[in-house]
Amino acid sequence: MFWYAARRIAASVPVLLLVTLISFSMMHLVPGDPAAAIAGSGATNAEIEAIRLQLGLDKPFLVQLATWFGGLLQGDLGRSILLNRPVWQAIVERLPITLPLALFALALTLLIGIPAGVIAALRANTWVDQAVTGLAMLGVSVPSFWLALMLIVLFGVHLEWLPTGGFVPFSEDPAAWARSMVLPSISLALLQIGLLARITRGTMLEVLRQDYVRTARAKGLPGWMVIGKHALKNVMVPVVTVIGISFGLLLSGSIVIETVYGMPGIGRLIANAIFGRDYPVIQGGLLLTGTILVLLNLVVDLLYAVIDPRVRYGR
Amino acid sequence: MAAEAIAANGVLAPPRRFPVTRRLFRHRLFVTGLILFGSMLFLAVAADWIAPHNPMRMQFRMRFRPPGEGFLFGTDNFGRDIFSRLCFGARLSLGIGFAVVIVNGVFGTAIGLIAGYFRRADEWLMRVMDALMAFPAVLLALAIAAALGPSAANAVIALSVVYIPRTARIVRATVLVVREMDYVQAARAFGGRDLWIIFRHILPNSLAPLIVQLTFIFAYAVLAESILSFLGVGPPPPTPTWGNMIAEGKDYIREAWWIAMFPGLAICLTVLGLNLLGDGLRDVLDPRLKVQQG
Repeated sequence: MFWYAARRIAASVPVLLLVTLISFSMMHLVPGDPAAAIAGSGATNAEIEAIRLQLGLDKPFLVQLATWFGGLLQGDLGRSILLNRPVWQAIVERLPITLPLALFALALTLLIGIPAGVIAALRANTWVDQAVTGLAMLGVSVPSFWLALMLIVLFGVHLEWLPTGGFVPFSEDPAAWARSMVLPSISLALLQIGLLARITRGTMLEVLRQDYVRTARAKGLPGWMVIGKHALKNVMVPVVTVIGISFGLLLSGSIVIETVYGMPGIGRLIANAIFGRDYPVIQGGLLLTGTILVLLNLVVDLLYAVIDPRVRYGR
Repeated sequence: MAAEAIAANGVLAPPRRFPVTRRLFRHRLFVTGLILFGSMLFLAVAADWIAPHNPMRMQFRMRFRPPGEGFLFGTDNFGRDIFSRLCFGARLSLGIGFAVVIVNGVFGTAIGLIAGYFRRADEWLMRVMDALMAFPAVLLALAIAAALGPSAANAVIALSVVYIPRTARIVRATVLVVREMDYVQAARAFGGRDLWIIFRHILPNSLAPLIVQLTFIFAYAVLAESILSFLGVGPPPPTPTWGNMIAEGKDYIREAWWIAMFPGLAICLTVLGLNLLGDGLRDVLDPRLKVQQG
């Protein structure tokens, strides 16, 4: 186990360095002068020069990279040009909006996706299965920002059940806060519900064919015990993988969802940064998500090795 | 279905000329996907003939006309005909998706072949792919497109880059299996050159999973392009892409829902069609992959 963990951790070090390099290089993909691009078309030479100095663009590439990396080691992600404050602070301030949204969406995903997939597998090739597979397929094909708009039309404008957008802080009015979260969480969750239902169904079908399930049935265990004790446990492995992927999907999903619903969260921060060419925020956002994803994958892999000894010795 | 095919052909009957095509056309979901995607492709190709209006022509007296009354899908905030814009939007959105498939396919396949065949290149090529995979695809595409500047070509570059690791990984995985096959070993024993072995033996035998993967990449690309356009880093307005049309409709969603609704439906049908095509191709060409992929 120790050597497996050591090898796995060592392998992720170069990946993390590459993630840093890719995030940093974003600003240097800008054709021509990045400072001029950031300042916009109406900027004076002095303004462009000021931005060049602030971002250190007058120095050679390697010096810039070293400075940025040095800052990272001290927990400094740089300063946002649009907001004129540290990127780190801008992200932390918006966490209380995006985190609950992501958690609601994740809860919906698990509560709907897993049971739907299990039921579809248990009723394979019946109308139940076809309905679930069809809906799941639809779920992964619908653009979430469009779904968000259509939900606003239906529930906000026509039925007037829920607010059409905006965000109410929890401390101000918990009930209104909850209402303002409903449509965004549904819009954000749909894609992942579809994904998880499909994967759960596929794995469950595979598991049901295994010898130990047949043995359990042959022993005369009641059906619910076979499913609950033997089958479900093995379905959990891909589920853990999906939750790992979810982090990235929730984040990129929140960029459009928060834009549609006008919620001032991290997604909206990144959308504004992309629209306003605020490269320090883009770089910081990329670096942060990339790093978190690499670490999450590492943790998931190590967890597998703990749960399933075959992983440690395999390959 | 397999039993049916054997019964129909008879075990000893000579093999049909196109068994794969026959099986595909018996696959109900594949055919559904073909019809869905085919009709969107028809809109794109025939846009010049079937679009009743000029997609760019603004008529301020005709703003916000609801669907019906001379405008099949209504008009937008500039009085432009939505159905006509949808047809020309199909041309651009599907065109970008197809370009991504080509660019991504060429580079992804090359990287996958090199990594799978040449052991020395494998390690660091795959680390670079891991690093690219570490970013959520849409976020990275947005960042690249924002840096390069809003245009159709840059959208193609951004989307091709972010989906390259997926293609490269699939190709590499099949190459690792194929290169151990007896016929490859034999070709090597006869002194075959590496390049010749790759193009004569390895590539043709890796095609099935590649085609399946590229169909899904097409679907991702159409979906992701609509997000780039929606957030203003795709081809700039007034160019009709489906994402641009939804972005314009967003501001009038309370009064004129049809501006955003129809282009969104077009995206849904296209992506659904491509996903069904991909599933069908996977079932028929490459049943082994069925469980692993979502």
